[in-house]
Amino acid sequence: MLEQRSRTAGSATAAGLIIKIAVLAVVAALAVWAALPLIAAEAWWGLALEAAIVAVVFYVYLQRRAIQLKYLIPGTLLLIAFQILPVILTIGTSFSNYGDGHRVDKDQAVEAIIAAGVQQTPGGATYRLSVGESASGELTLLLTDAADGSTWAGTEAGLTELPDATVDGTGRITAAPGYDVWDLAELNERQAELAALAVPTGEESGIKVQGLSAFEGTSTRSYDDACDCITDAETGTVWYADNEAGSFLTEDGEPALVGWRVNIGADNYTAVLTDPDIRGPFLGIFTWNILFAAGSVLLTFAIGLGTAMALNKPSMRGTKVYRTLMILPYAMPSFAMLLVWAQMFNRDFGLVNDLFNLDVNWYGGTWSARAMVLIANTWLGWPYMFLICLGALQALPSDSLEAAKIDGATGVTAFRKITLPLLLIALTPLLISSFAFNFNNFNAIELLSGGSPFRAGDAVGGTDLLITYAFRQAFGATTADYGFASAISVFIFLIVATMSAVMFRFTRNQEDVYS
Amino acid sequence: MTVSQVREKPVAKPAVPVRRNGKRPFAKWVGEFGWRHLVAVLVLVFGLVPIVYVVSAAFNPNGTLSSTSLLPTSFGFGNFKKLFTDPNVPFGRWFLNSIVIAVPAAFISIFISSLAAYAFSRFRFRGRRPMLLFLLLIQMFPAFLAVVALYLIFGSIGEFYPVAGLNTKLGLMLVYMGGALGVSTWLMKGFFDTIPKELDEAATIDGATHAQIFFGMILPLAAPIIAISGILAFVGTMNDFILASLFLTDRPEMTLAVGLKTLTADNSPASYFGIFAAGTLLTSVLTVAVFMSLQRYIVSGLTGGAVKG
Repeated sequence: MLEQRSRTAGSATAAGLIIKIAVLAVVAALAVWAALPLIAAEAWWGLALEAAIVAVVFYVYLQRRAIQLKYLIPGTLLLIAFQILPVILTIGTSFSNYGDGHRVDKDQAVEAIIAAGVQQTPGGATYRLSVGESASGELTLLLTDAADGSTWAGTEAGLTELPDATVDGTGRITAAPGYDVWDLAELNERQAELAALAVPTGEESGIKVQGLSAFEGTSTRSYDDACDCITDAETGTVWYADNEAGSFLTEDGEPALVGWRVNIGADNYTAVLTDPDIRGPFLGIFTWNILFAAGSVLLTFAIGLGTAMALNKPSMRGTKVYRTLMILPYAMPSFAMLLVWAQMFNRDFGLVNDLFNLDVNWYGGTWSARAMVLIANTWLGWPYMFLICLGALQALPSDSLEAAKIDGATGVTAFRKITLPLLLIALTPLLISSFAFNFNNFNAIELLSGGSPFRAGDAVGGTDLLITYAFRQAFGATTADYGFASAISVFIFLIVATMSAVMFRFTRNQEDVYS
Repeated sequence: MTVSQVREKPVAKPAVPVRRNGKRPFAKWVGEFGWRHLVAVLVLVFGLVPIVYVVSAAFNPNGTLSSTSLLPTSFGFGNFKKLFTDPNVPFGRWFLNSIVIAVPAAFISIFISSLAAYAFSRFRFRGRRPMLLFLLLIQMFPAFLAVVALYLIFGSIGEFYPVAGLNTKLGLMLVYMGGALGVSTWLMKGFFDTIPKELDEAATIDGATHAQIFFGMILPLAAPIIAISGILAFVGTMNDFILASLFLTDRPEMTLAVGLKTLTADNSPASYFGIFAAGTLLTSVLTVAVFMSLQRYIVSGLTGGAVKG
């Protein structure tokens, strides 16, 4: 009886049992630790989710029937959290106007607009001001109360106490946990963003920035539920809510500085397809993106295959040395070599112009920049192609080549009719994944050209790929537009999914991988 | 050509081995091997020029781009010294950050993948095939494609758990761990399938549990593929720029990729190019050593379908 149980039980030995109990104890401890902030923030949905996950984990490791689950669950959880959830969230965000100016909900937007009309009242609190960004990139006023020295953090959403801040001699906050505090230079540079920020503290009061200090006061603006509008009593301006676009607009259509986050349906997608200012550049990027990926695969494959053919001769001397040296470019850290190439293409002092006695401004023209990224990317990729081609050549069935030789096929004919087709069959899946990899080769573009050349006033560079374009829309120097960037990401998803489908067709014959 | 050779020729002419000995051994050599060497040397020139250039720049005492040529004209260790003494270039910290993030991330993700690969290779259960197909699909989507969503997710994680939010190494590590799963699970499942099942059966008869079989038998037998997957995950993490640049923005907290990029930025002093080259060289010592020592395994791993990031 005992014998039999030990065969099916998860951990029959004493040591195994102890390890299992220890691991589950760690899981329980982690779960308690993770629950505390959720309880403190009264995030009951989060708590329920966490409890469910912990329950599943405990169930899986205490049951004895479905043993495979014990091995699958860690990977599944990680995959859901950091691969699948981001994809779903990207799709969700792509239907919203989330981004700068649309970060908060409507109530908070109303409060922020009212706070922007704050006039100092005699006797209101004044603060010493620092400015910083929270970990999620939100502009935050870091305030020290001039009266009692307490420290606060103020955003569009309101004021929260900040107990652990470090202050300097004048009482100004110099560091705070979770915030990136600006220095004076940055403060000067980004004064405009500050002027737009107002921190609501109540129905009609708020905090406003004035130079290097801030004051609390009451607002001349008020919100009226009946007309869903905000009126400024002093200037007479009225902003009406546009609930579809998530902004308050004056009668002339001028939006107030703060809007709110709404679902805008497929607007981000239709903008790509119909807005001529976006459609043209988008198509341009798309075409170049395909060209770049195809060009990279073709060039690296051609050089790699040529080299592999040359070295695929056992009786040749020095093949080992050649092969070792050829792996060298592949073994170098690619990010660093891309940066090196970027310097080698420098117009005045770069090695490329120097060696060939050229005076090409590589970064200046669209096609010279494109040639540049292709050359550098080919350099990075060909050793990989060389290695896989060499491997595939050595695995080719020698009898077909022998037969061809007997039939009189020589050099080029044998290569074209026998070797190449056989190679392509073996390597197509790898070529497709190489294409997919290069299609989203963020590093190659970002580290080489940064997307340049940019024409004046254009958001799209001559060498931009879809992924670098999306990245710049979300995190570039101009205002962040997460919704639009997500829509571009979804386009990329669709393209990648199509490529995967093509690849499945080629691997379907190799059924044995599923067996 | 010597007289004796000339005289010998007519004698040997009718014999069969003419071809093998060759009338003109050099021409024969060119036809058979010469072009191979020519191709190899040409490609090698293309392949090695940037590397020679980095070495030359790293040892160039002036350290500027304009004073660097392909072959070094003067020699000095100044750039390496500055790499560790210049307070504006915390190279040591960057290096450490990269290692501290990449090594555990690779380790844990490989361990988790090997667990999954074991389940797929040794157990038969409902939903196995769809799950495998799904894994094949998901590995086509590198984590950074959803970079906006990841940024937002970790922004809100940071509100609840500051240790794992943006601007933390732990947060970045979690993303990397998730990102490497698909590829390495596939690689390892393929290898596990080649380990004979009879071994498992024999062990089971001897009273071993499934955990003992996995940790005591399969893992040690699969050491080569685990090493390869680990190295590919490690190198991929080291080379990542997009996520690292978003997550770690404080200068001393940066990884090598993000930190070294700041040295070649337009607003950096011109003499930083030499320091950058020295940093590149030190970084590559690590990766090149790993690749060279495991050359053979890497080739077989690549033909199994891995793409280096």
